[in-house]
Amino acid sequence: MNYFEWIQLALFIGLLLALTKPMGVYLTRVLDVDGKTFLDPIMRPVERLFYFLLGIDPNNEQEWKQYSFSLIAFSLVGALFTYAILRLQHVLPLNPQGFGPVGDHLSFNTAVSFITNTNWQSYGGESTMSYFSQMVGLALHNFTSAASGIAVAAAVVRGVSRNSSKTIGNFWTDLTRIILYVLLPICVIYSIFLVSQGMIQNFKPYETAQVINPYTAQVIKKDVNGQDIKDELGKPVTEESKVETQTIVQGPMASQVAIKMLGTNGGGYTNANAAHPYENPTPLSNFLQMLSILLIPSGLTYYLGRTVKNQRHGWAVWSAMATILLVGFLVCWWAESNGNPHFQALGVDASAGNLEGKEARFGIFNSALFATVTTGTSCGAVNSMHDSFTPLGGLIPMLNIQLGEVIFGGVGAGLYGMIVFVVLAVFLAGLMIGKTPEYIGKKIEAYDVKASVMFIMVPVLSILGFTAWAATSSWGLAGLNNAGPHGFSEILYAFSSAAGNNGSAFAGLNSNSYWYDITLGIVMLLGRFFMIVPVLALAGNLAKKKLIPPSEGSFPVTGPIFTIILIGTVLIVGALTFFPALSLGPIVEHYIMTHSSTLF
Amino acid sequence: MNNLISQLRISLVATFVLAVILCGAYPALIWGIAQALFPDKANGSLIMWNGQTIGSKLIAQNFTDAKYFHPRPSSAGDSGYDATSSGGSNLGPTSKKLMDLVKERVDKYRSENNLSPKALVPADAVTSSASGLDPHISLINALLQAPRVAKTRGIDEKVLVEKIQANTEGRDCGIFGDPRINVLTLNLSLDAS
Repeated sequence: MNYFEWIQLALFIGLLLALTKPMGVYLTRVLDVDGKTFLDPIMRPVERLFYFLLGIDPNNEQEWKQYSFSLIAFSLVGALFTYAILRLQHVLPLNPQGFGPVGDHLSFNTAVSFITNTNWQSYGGESTMSYFSQMVGLALHNFTSAASGIAVAAAVVRGVSRNSSKTIGNFWTDLTRIILYVLLPICVIYSIFLVSQGMIQNFKPYETAQVINPYTAQVIKKDVNGQDIKDELGKPVTEESKVETQTIVQGPMASQVAIKMLGTNGGGYTNANAAHPYENPTPLSNFLQMLSILLIPSGLTYYLGRTVKNQRHGWAVWSAMATILLVGFLVCWWAESNGNPHFQALGVDASAGNLEGKEARFGIFNSALFATVTTGTSCGAVNSMHDSFTPLGGLIPMLNIQLGEVIFGGVGAGLYGMIVFVVLAVFLAGLMIGKTPEYIGKKIEAYDVKASVMFIMVPVLSILGFTAWAATSSWGLAGLNNAGPHGFSEILYAFSSAAGNNGSAFAGLNSNSYWYDITLGIVMLLGRFFMIVPVLALAGNLAKKKLIPPSEGSFPVTGPIFTIILIGTVLIVGALTFFPALSLGPIVEHYIMTHSSTLF
Repeated sequence: MNNLISQLRISLVATFVLAVILCGAYPALIWGIAQALFPDKANGSLIMWNGQTIGSKLIAQNFTDAKYFHPRPSSAGDSGYDATSSGGSNLGPTSKKLMDLVKERVDKYRSENNLSPKALVPADAVTSSASGLDPHISLINALLQAPRVAKTRGIDEKVLVEKIQANTEGRDCGIFGDPRINVLTLNLSLDAS
C-alpha cells in the first residue's frame, strides 16, 4: 500500500467524479428524441435512415407493455442470430484457424449470455471462436445489450419524472440513439487508444514463433477422449514434449474490447480476458479500462437527477454507489496485500501480497480495484483470477454481485436496479417515521412495492435455489477445480454471476457441460428479463400517476441521511440474504486458512 | 398478432442493419486506422530475427537454460506458456495442489540461484500469473537471478544490472502500475551483446 497506489485511487475517484456531469448532460440530450448533440451533423442522417429502414416513427411512444415486448422480441431475434452463427461457424468466413462449429449447449449458453449483457464464458475465446463469431456473433450484442439496458433505465427515469403519462418512450428510438450517439463514437476513439497501448487489430491467421530457448516440458498424457490417463495410484501419467514453437493469437481485438468495457459486457476476446497482455497491455490501458466500465453507469445518476429536476437526488444515489464501491475495494485490497499465510510458511516474500493469478504489470492494487469495479458493475471482465484470491479478497467480488449489481451496476441495469432500492428505501423509511411514502412527487403504492419486491426476489431465488441444486448434484460437483469450501464458492459465484448478469467467474469451475450450460443459461435469462419486465411495469405505473408538489410530509431523497438509508437497504436485503451461503464458502475458508494448516 | 409480426420484422431488420454498421464498418474502420497509425502494435508487437518471427514483446515464452532470466511460472495450456490457451491455475488459497506447486518452485528457485534454504523468494517467481503469458518479472526477482546468469555467461554482474535497468518498464506516466522487467527483451539483449 505505497503512496503511488493512493495517488492512483484518488485519481480514479476524482476522474470518475469529474466525468459524471459531462457524461450525464450528454446522455440527457441523447435520451431525448429531440435533443441536440455535437454529433448531429454526422449522425442525424444515419439516424433518419435507420428509422426509415425499420419503418418506425421515432416520436411514436410506447406503453410499458409494448416497450417490454419490443425489447424481448429484439433480444430473442438476436439470440437466434448468434446461435446460428456459432453453430455454422465452420462454413462462415474469417475463420483462419479452421475452428469447427460450437457445440449445441455451449452455443445456447453463449447466445443467452451475450443477449443478457452477462458474457459468461464457458469457452476459451482464442481456442473456440472464429474472427467472424467474435466480431459479428458476439460483439453485436456488446452494443445492443448495453443499449437495451440504458434504454430501460431511461424508460424508468421517464416513469418517475412524467406527469400522468401513459407512455415511457420508444424502445427503437432509444436503442438507435444510444448506439449512434454514445456507444459507437466513444468506441472509435477508445479502440484507437487501446491499439496505441499494444492491443491487436488485424485479420491475420495466428502467428507461429520459433521460440528462443526450446525446451522439454512434462505433459499429462490424454486418452482418445481427451481425459487424463492415470496410473494405479491415481496420479496422472506424463510424457515429455519438446516445445520449439509458440502459436500467438491474432485478430480484430481492439474494436471488440472497447465496447466490452464501455458496455459493461466483459466477455473476453481471449480466455484470460483483461489479464491477457494483448487484451490489456499496460497499466495505463488498465486504468482507462476500469474508468470506462464506470463511465456510463456513473453518468446515468446525473441523468436521473437532471431529468427528475432534483440534481441533489442524483448525487445522493451516486454517493451511495461510490461509498459501497470504495469500502468493498479497501477490504479486497487489504486482504490481497496481506496475502496467504501458507505461501509465507513456504518461504515466499510476504511483502508482495497474494500474486497467484495476478499479473506483474498490475500488481495487487490494480487487480483488487479492477475486481471490485468489474463486479460492482455487471461488467465481469477480469484482469486477475478471482478464483485464486484470498477468501476475503474473493468474498468482495461475490458480494458485490449479490448486492444486486447496483454499485454503479451495468449500463442502465445499475440505475434501474438502484431506483428499485430507492423505492423500497422510501417505502420502508416512510413506514418507520410515519411519512407518506413518496418518491419525487410520486406516491408509492402497493403495486409499486409488489413490482419492486418481485424484482428483488428473482436473483435471490435463482442464486440460492440453483446453487443448492448444483452443490448436491453430481453434475454440479463434476465441474469443480477446488475442493472444500472453495469448491462451494465456485458454484455460488457461478450462479450469482449468471443471475447478476455479471459474467466473471471463479474460473476453475468447468462449466462447459450440458447441465451447467443449460442451468446457467436459464438463470441468466431470469436475471435479465424477469427483472426488466417488473421494473418496466413499475415505470409504467409511476408514469401514470400525477406529480404532487413536495410538502412537509414528503420523504426527502437527498442528503447524507437518505444516502445512508439507501446503503442500508441495499446491504440489508443483499447481505442478510446471502450471509448463510457466504458462511459456507469464503467466510469459513478464511478461518481455515488463518487458523489451521488444513488444505483441500 | 399484427403487433407481434411487426415487432419481429423490426427486430430482424434492426439486427441486420446494426450488424452491418457495428460488426462490419466499425471494426474495419478501426483496422484501417490501427494499421495506418500503429502497424507494429496492431499486428502483435512481434519480434523478428533473420526474417523469422521469434515471439511477441508482450507474450511470455519460457526460458529454462541457466544463461537466461526465467519468466514467471505459467498455467497456460498443458505445458505452460501456451499462447492459444491463456489462463491461470485458478487454484484457491487453501488448495493442496497449489501449495505443493509453490513448494516445488520455491525449492527449485533457491537451488538454481544458489540461495540459502531460508532465503525469502520473490512472490512473482513462484506464483503463476493470471494469463499464463505475463511477460514481466519484478526487479527483485531479476536481481536474484543476475548472479546465475552472469556466472553462466561469464560476464560482469555490473554489466548485467545495467541491462536489467535498460529493460525495466517504469510506472506509466510516472504513476500507473508497478515497475517491471520484460524477460523476453532482456534475454534478447543478452544474446545480442
